[in-house]
Amino acid sequence: MERNPLRVSFAGLELENPTILASGVLGYSAESLDRVVRAGAGAVVTKSIGVEPRVGYVNPTLVQAEAGFLNAMGLPNPGIGVYVQEIGHCKTVLRAPLVVSVFGYSAQEYAGVAKKAASAGADAVELNVSCPHVRQTGAEIGQDPKILKEVVENVKAVIDVPLIVKLSPNVSDIALLGRAAVEAGADALTAVNTLKAVAIDVETTRPVLANVKGGLSGAAVKPVALRCVWDIFEELPDVPIIGCGGISSWSDAVEFFLAGASAVQIGSAVAFDEGIFNAVNRGVLSYLRRKHLGSVKELVGLAHRS
Amino acid sequence: MSAWLTAANTLRTTEIVQIRTESPTVKTYVLPDRLCCKAKPGQFLMLWIPGIDEIPLSIMEAKNGLVSVSVKVVGDATRHLHGMEAGATVGVRGPFGNSFTESRGRILLVGGGTGVAPLLFLARQLSAKTERLSFVEGAKTKDELLFVRELGGICNEKSLITTTEDGTAGLQCLVTEPLASLLDREHFDMIYTCGPEVMVKKIFEITEQRKLPLEASLERLMRCGIGLCGSCMIGKYRVCRDGPVFTAAQLREVKDELGVSKLGFDGSRIPV
Repeated sequence: MERNPLRVSFAGLELENPTILASGVLGYSAESLDRVVRAGAGAVVTKSIGVEPRVGYVNPTLVQAEAGFLNAMGLPNPGIGVYVQEIGHCKTVLRAPLVVSVFGYSAQEYAGVAKKAASAGADAVELNVSCPHVRQTGAEIGQDPKILKEVVENVKAVIDVPLIVKLSPNVSDIALLGRAAVEAGADALTAVNTLKAVAIDVETTRPVLANVKGGLSGAAVKPVALRCVWDIFEELPDVPIIGCGGISSWSDAVEFFLAGASAVQIGSAVAFDEGIFNAVNRGVLSYLRRKHLGSVKELVGLAHRS
Repeated sequence: MSAWLTAANTLRTTEIVQIRTESPTVKTYVLPDRLCCKAKPGQFLMLWIPGIDEIPLSIMEAKNGLVSVSVKVVGDATRHLHGMEAGATVGVRGPFGNSFTESRGRILLVGGGTGVAPLLFLARQLSAKTERLSFVEGAKTKDELLFVRELGGICNEKSLITTTEDGTAGLQCLVTEPLASLLDREHFDMIYTCGPEVMVKKIFEITEQRKLPLEASLERLMRCGIGLCGSCMIGKYRVCRDGPVFTAAQLREVKDELGVSKLGFDGSRIPV
C-alpha cells in the first residue's frame, strides 16, 4: 500500500493529515466536530472547557477587523461535569483524534478538568494558557513562566494522554515560555492563540466588543504567528509545534511547516468555507509532489537550513 | 464568497429612520443600509444596540435602500430597543444566512407570532408569480395578529385564515389546527413556515404524513452570525450559515432536536 504523504505523527498522536480544527470554532457538539472531520480535518480541538459552566460575554462577541476577526466570547462552556458526556459521544462518532481544550483558574482546576477529559476519552489535552480576554486564566497563566510551569506539571502528573500547551503571542519572548512548558512536561506546543486587540466605532465613539478587549485572528496575525513558530523552533528544534494563526490556504500551511510546525490549526478561515481543510490538504499534497518530497515531515523547519 | 462575507460582516452604523407600532409588543424599525436593503426573504441581520447587546433579527422588508425588522420584546436587548426613538444610532451586520426558495404554483404560508414577519416579505415577493397564495396566521390574541391588513391585500379573503388562542379573532385554536383539513382539501406545491419551534415541529409532522414539501425558518441562540462560534447548531447544521431556512429533508435529519433541545449560552443542551 502506498504511504500517505500527508500523514503526520507527533507527541504520540497519529493524524491522517496535518490540518486540525482550532479551539473555539464549532467546538461544542459531537455533530459539529464530526462535520469538520468529514470536511477533511485530521484532528479537532473542542471549545475550552473549565470546571464550572460559563455563559460567556454578552454580544457583540465578534467584530470584523481589516484582515481578520476580533472576538471576546468569554470562554462559554458547559463545564467538564456535563461535557464528559459529549466527549463520550464524540468518541463514538469521530474518525479522527479528539483534543479537548482545557482552562482553569488554578493549577488544580486545570489538572482536575484535564483528568476528567482524559478519562472520558480525549486523545490529547490542549491547555488554554493564552486566552487574551478572561481574567485570572488563559494568558494570565501563560505569560508567567513560573505559573505556567506549575500548571503544566500539575496536569502532566494526572493524565497519560499527550499534553499540548497553546501559547500566547502577547509575550516578549515566546520561546522562553515554550521552554518552560516543555520542561514542565508538555509533549507539544500550539503557537499561537489570538493577539490582544481593540476595535472602536467612530459614530458611537464606543468600543465594539462588549468586553472591550478581544483576540485578533485571521490573515492579520499570520506573519506574527509564523515568527512565533520560528522562534520556538530555533529554541526547541525537537519539540513538535502546531502552527496556528491566519491559515487560509495550502501555501500558508506550507509556510508554517517550513518555519518549524509539524501540523497546523485552522479557525477563522472556517467562516469562509469549511472546505478549507480539504483545500489545504490537496494543495500541500501537490506541493510535496512538485518538490519531490515524500512527506510533510520533510518540510518541517526546512527554512531554517537555508 | 469570502469577499462577500467580509463586506456583509463589516459592522455599519446607521440611523433608525422610522419606527412603527405593529402590536402592543411588536415594533417595526426601518434602517438605511446598502447591503441589507438587498436581502432576500428568509435572511437575517445582526443589530447592534450600542452598549447593550447585538441580536439576530429576521428581515421583514428590504427595498429602496432601506431594511425593516419587526421586533417583539423578549428580553433586555429588545426592551432597550423598544425604548429607542427614530434618529437613534444602531449597528448592522448582514444580511446573513440562506433564503426561502422561490416556488411557483399553489403556495401555503403558515406563521406564528413574529414568525409572520419574514413570511410577509416572502409573500410580497411571491404574490406576482404564483397561481394562488394562502396564509394561515396564528397569535395568542387579536392584538398580536401581525400584518393582517398587509396579508389581506396579498392573499384573497378566503385564503387568509387567522387563529387566536383566546378566540378574540378568527378561529379559536392553535395555528396548526386548521392546517390538516386545509391540506386534505387543497393541493399545495410548497409550504413555508416560521414561528415558535414547537409550532414548526407540529407543522413538519403534518406535512411529513402527507409527503408535502416544506421550508421552515428556525431560530437559535446566535453570537457570531457567520458560522464560526457554534452557538446555533441544530444537529450538524449551523442555523446562521446553513439556515435559517431548512428543507423537509434537512428537518428529517435533525428531528430528534427539532422542538426539543438547543444549545444554551454555556453550550449545554437545554429544552427549546
